[in-house]
Amino acid sequence: MSDLAIRSYLPPVIEVESQDELLEVAMGPHHPSTHGVFRMDVALDGERVVRLKPVFGYLHRNHEKIAEKTTYLASMPYTDRLDYFCSMTNNWAYALAVEKLAGIEVPERAEYLRVITAELTRIQNHASAIGFLLQEMGASGTPLMYAFREREKILDLFESLSGSRMMCNYMRFGGCRVDLPADWLDAAKLVVAGLPRFIDEIEALLTSNEILMARSQGVGILKPDLAVNAGVTGVMLRATGVNYDLRKVDHYGIYDRFSFRVPLGEHGDIYDRYMLRVLEMRESVKILEQAIPQLPDGPILDPKSKPRGFRPKPGEAYGRIEAPKGELGFYLISDGTGNPYRYRVRPPSLINLTILEDMCLGQNVADVVLIFGSVDIVLGEVDR
Amino acid sequence: MLGEGILKGLAETAKNFAGSFVSEDRLTTVEYPEQRLLPIENTRDFPFLVYDGEDPEAGLRCVSCQICEKECPPKCIYIVKSTDKKPDYVGKPQFYPARFDIDISVCMSCQICVEVCPFEAIKMDTEFELSTDDRFGGLILDKHKLAKSNEHFQRIHPTEAAEVDARLAEEKEKVEAKAKAAAEAAAAKSAAEAAARKADAGSAGSNAEGVKP
Ligand code: SF4
Ligand code: SF4
Repeated sequence: MSDLAIRSYLPPVIEVESQDELLEVAMGPHHPSTHGVFRMDVALDGERVVRLKPVFGYLHRNHEKIAEKTTYLASMPYTDRLDYFCSMTNNWAYALAVEKLAGIEVPERAEYLRVITAELTRIQNHASAIGFLLQEMGASGTPLMYAFREREKILDLFESLSGSRMMCNYMRFGGCRVDLPADWLDAAKLVVAGLPRFIDEIEALLTSNEILMARSQGVGILKPDLAVNAGVTGVMLRATGVNYDLRKVDHYGIYDRFSFRVPLGEHGDIYDRYMLRVLEMRESVKILEQAIPQLPDGPILDPKSKPRGFRPKPGEAYGRIEAPKGELGFYLISDGTGNPYRYRVRPPSLINLTILEDMCLGQNVADVVLIFGSVDIVLGEVDR
Repeated sequence: MLGEGILKGLAETAKNFAGSFVSEDRLTTVEYPEQRLLPIENTRDFPFLVYDGEDPEAGLRCVSCQICEKECPPKCIYIVKSTDKKPDYVGKPQFYPARFDIDISVCMSCQICVEVCPFEAIKMDTEFELSTDDRFGGLILDKHKLAKSNEHFQRIHPTEAAEVDARLAEEKEKVEAKAKAAAEAAAAKSAAEAAARKADAGSAGSNAEGVKP
């Protein structure tokens, strides 16, 4: 790496007159803005942030070690609990890794079901992320409730499909667990048909709102080279203008069959991230509108896959997908037994959070809350 | 104009507020527990054990194979296998659980026990009002609390129950047909043997040195 590149991702230097004047504040672990238990040790010079140290691990549940001590299938419901907003995409990433490891094929219908559920997940995740961001901006309730109203419809679809609203545990190695209930597709069409109206509503409410613009434009700027060097993915990376979406880059699943665009930001600030989430919801609706009518008949599970006694051949595999929060990957090593020898999650939430200090330096302390909210994390995934 | 965006947003909220008086689908909440939503058919929360017939004890489908105990991800099932056997739904003698406990404070409602059970003996319930002030015993469900009739299963998950019933009936038919065929074969064999013996006896009568069967 050249000297220039290194210097460009060092945090900007803040001149402080005297170290004794700094006020150290521990924001969290029970701060209302942290969406869980997370602490930021902030050093303040007046209102400005001079230092920020994120402290992770309050919600550590030993996910990876548990997975190494149990069967492949038994880890599937645990993946629901990583990013508990997006259990469908978590399931998919894990199933993809195991399918790569064991060389299992996925039937056509199951691929479509995966795309449909994953895109619904993306929409409800982005809607709630926007809602929470506005909540932190002081718009107490309204945008969040609008987002949750829409999310509820999607969660109802998930419940009637998989039995649970959030802990879906829906995907299996080589397909999906159950087929659609009788009138699910009609209900899904109805929900999808209502989504553009909802997105318009959110936009009318927020996009040109002067308060949102004043609070978010030019705040929390992330530079593209730092984002790439730090491994930031998802909306955070695309808001800086880097065109990297695994659905286009990796061609996993059947995303090649749908026409959709990858929205890109320009400034890498909070407003761009907000805008990108809105645009991505629109693209997801487009994918859903294409996928639902195309859904073919057929089996939903590879007949060779079985729930018990699953033992892949020794080897290793890395499966990754574009989860709503970024690149979610599972790295598995098999030693030929019923448990994985190594099981590793690449959590987009944690990696996107590592650059928090760089975005916050020199900003006001009130903006820290917003910058943190715009990263869109779930602490179940950060701490695992 | 400065403030235009805010006004636009306010118009949107006003539309929603006023709309909630005229349009039903803008009212998205209900006042639980006085009002309740219709149950969604596939809903699951905690497992229960299915029994056939009248007696929860005798009709339990579980044969205590302990597969679910082994596969349960958080290991919240505890089974003690019986030492004697009792007949199952097709009349085959099988073990039964002398003890079957599920700790629902640990259970994560994942449905894996249901998936791996080869005997359709464990299914997911939809009962969610289970809170208790008993910290220890109240959340451990034993065999008696877990046993629920097949009619209950048919009521809460009609589609799934119909499939299961059809599969079990088919199996039972097969077993019965096999038993019948076996019985018929046995009867035919014994009849044939008897006829042969008769014939033997007849021939023995005429020929005292006849070949012994
Ligand atoms: S519930 Fe099913 S899997 Fe569990 S012990 Fe009984 S028969 Fe076996
Ligand atoms: S639902 Fe899951 S956690 Fe609960 S008893 Fe069954 S296998 Fe165990």
